[in-house]
Amino acid sequence: MSIQVRGLTKRFGSFVALDDVDVTVRSGTLTALLGPSGGGKTTLLRVIAGLEQPDAGTVVIDDRDATRVPARRRDVGFVFQHYAPFGHLSVARNVAFGLEIRRRPKAETAARVDELLHLVHLEAFADRLPSELSGGQRQRMALARALAVEPKVLLLDEPFGALDATVRKELRQWLRRLHDEVHVTTVFVTHDQAEALEVADEIVVVNGGRVEQVGAPDGIYDRPANEFVMRFLGPTTSLGGRMVRPHDVEVLRSAEPGAVAAEVGSLRRVGFEARLDARVVGSGDVVEVLGSRSDPALRDLRPGDQVWLRAVGPTVDALPITEEETVVGVSGAEGGLDEPATLDVAASPRASVRGGVPA
Amino acid sequence: MAEAATSPAAPVGERRTGRHVVRTLVVAYVAVLVVLPVGVLVWRAFAPGLGAFVDAVTDPLSVHAFWVTAEVALISVALTTVFGTVAAFLIARSGLPGMRLLDALLGLPVSVSPIVVGLALILVYGSTGWFGGALESAGIQVIMSVPGMVLATMFVSMPLVTRAVVPVLVARGTDQEQAAESLGASAAVRFWRITLPGIRTALVTGVVLALARSIGEYGAVLVVSGNVQGQTETATLRVDTLYQTLLQPDAAYAVTFVLVAVAILTIVATSLLRRSQGGTR
Repeated sequence: MSIQVRGLTKRFGSFVALDDVDVTVRSGTLTALLGPSGGGKTTLLRVIAGLEQPDAGTVVIDDRDATRVPARRRDVGFVFQHYAPFGHLSVARNVAFGLEIRRRPKAETAARVDELLHLVHLEAFADRLPSELSGGQRQRMALARALAVEPKVLLLDEPFGALDATVRKELRQWLRRLHDEVHVTTVFVTHDQAEALEVADEIVVVNGGRVEQVGAPDGIYDRPANEFVMRFLGPTTSLGGRMVRPHDVEVLRSAEPGAVAAEVGSLRRVGFEARLDARVVGSGDVVEVLGSRSDPALRDLRPGDQVWLRAVGPTVDALPITEEETVVGVSGAEGGLDEPATLDVAASPRASVRGGVPA
Repeated sequence: MAEAATSPAAPVGERRTGRHVVRTLVVAYVAVLVVLPVGVLVWRAFAPGLGAFVDAVTDPLSVHAFWVTAEVALISVALTTVFGTVAAFLIARSGLPGMRLLDALLGLPVSVSPIVVGLALILVYGSTGWFGGALESAGIQVIMSVPGMVLATMFVSMPLVTRAVVPVLVARGTDQEQAAESLGASAAVRFWRITLPGIRTALVTGVVLALARSIGEYGAVLVVSGNVQGQTETATLRVDTLYQTLLQPDAAYAVTFVLVAVAILTIVATSLLRRSQGGTR
């Protein structure tokens, strides 16, 4: 059950939430709409669900033009950010709602509800009221409720946004497993790049009402289409006018082709990482380098030492950026221990470093 | 009033003394302002004997007054429930311009004296008023009859419903309705199965307050009804007539007792209803 969105435009007053958006979601995939708050991803999800009417463009669900089909006839399961539980109904009645209003036979409804509660591990909570559940349980109830009517597509708005970090990670993996089990075409909205990279088959990066890039998580990470995508997926720094990830900067002790001469400013140990600030000779640009604390290239460096820097990962065109801007991850990518360390660095391949993806 | 359990975290004598002082003040306040007057009233109602009480209450004019009150109160509460709910939805959900003004206007009767409400209605619907003449020639008499009394009662009781329901509608938002919609629910299904149960407690509270106000309304009804014995005299007006004009204070107390009893029954019924609804706010 694929989704095709073509030329979608939606304005709220003078604010353009969606600007001529084209998106294709392949049948059976788990797709993430990733982007900053206010970028239009939730609006896109709501337009697909029929909860918002677009000003222009079409929404095709399962090869049928659904643009003018009211939400209640779209066969779309929608899980709200705050789950929208029916507070006056028990967990079982919440899940049964879609079936009850379709006047399905009672026995069939009961069996389906049992099956779904089992699927989301809420069998023991069938008679509770939603107010008696934890956030994660409410989330799963909302998911079961949406799945009960066997929707063609499942849409989740910030499914883990309102949960604490531990529960969020658990549910993330659980959603992935659930999707592998149920196979319903699923689209979820998130502003957390780690969530999208970990869970999704495909990522649609949305910003300023436009699609910046579409692709598989690895493809997007390895070949960011532009400065925005690169910055959004984690910390970046600038080297010779190109934007590069701090852990994709190679530190050399002698001049080599493509390498830029720089002077070591400081070297700090931050948890398992070593963080080097170096000043490019000539331009004076500060480049941030992130390596493993065991990286031989970073061993024994002292402030003032001469090194050569070279990008070894994806780079994109970028204007020189200031130091404060070097860390752009949305959820405060820095994290970790922030204590200065001596330059005591042991050997280990730096390829193991995957810094810059905040949890 | 259940004795508040003394928290083990507050064993200090000073705090306990403070709590006792506050409690004594509240009890004294309630006693002086509510219990004592009502108690005396009940005592006076039955002081002349049960026979006199029954005579006063079953007097044809009093019985008629009870019926008029029942008629006016029930019609206006029914209408207030419907229109109050609709108005609450408009204010909370329609997003139309001017809804804040509508809210303020509906709240006006709370801050304005009921006499003003009555006079305003006469200006519009009285036989010399804007619509009154036309309505009268069409055979509909508003002022000095039940329609006017219902209008006046609705006017003063509507804000009790909207003021109870609007905040709940605003706080709930529309997520649940949207969830129901995406599950296939039509507008009617959403209203009956999601919205109404969600605002039920607030609505019941508002309606009970409106009912109490409708039964007890005096000023606005006095002005528009003309207070004709045996015709447009409600129970509250009857009390006044008995007390001030007919100088039968004992009969006035007896009728008053019936009004108090109805009020208490209403309160008890509401709390029972709420308890049976369990945890749904």
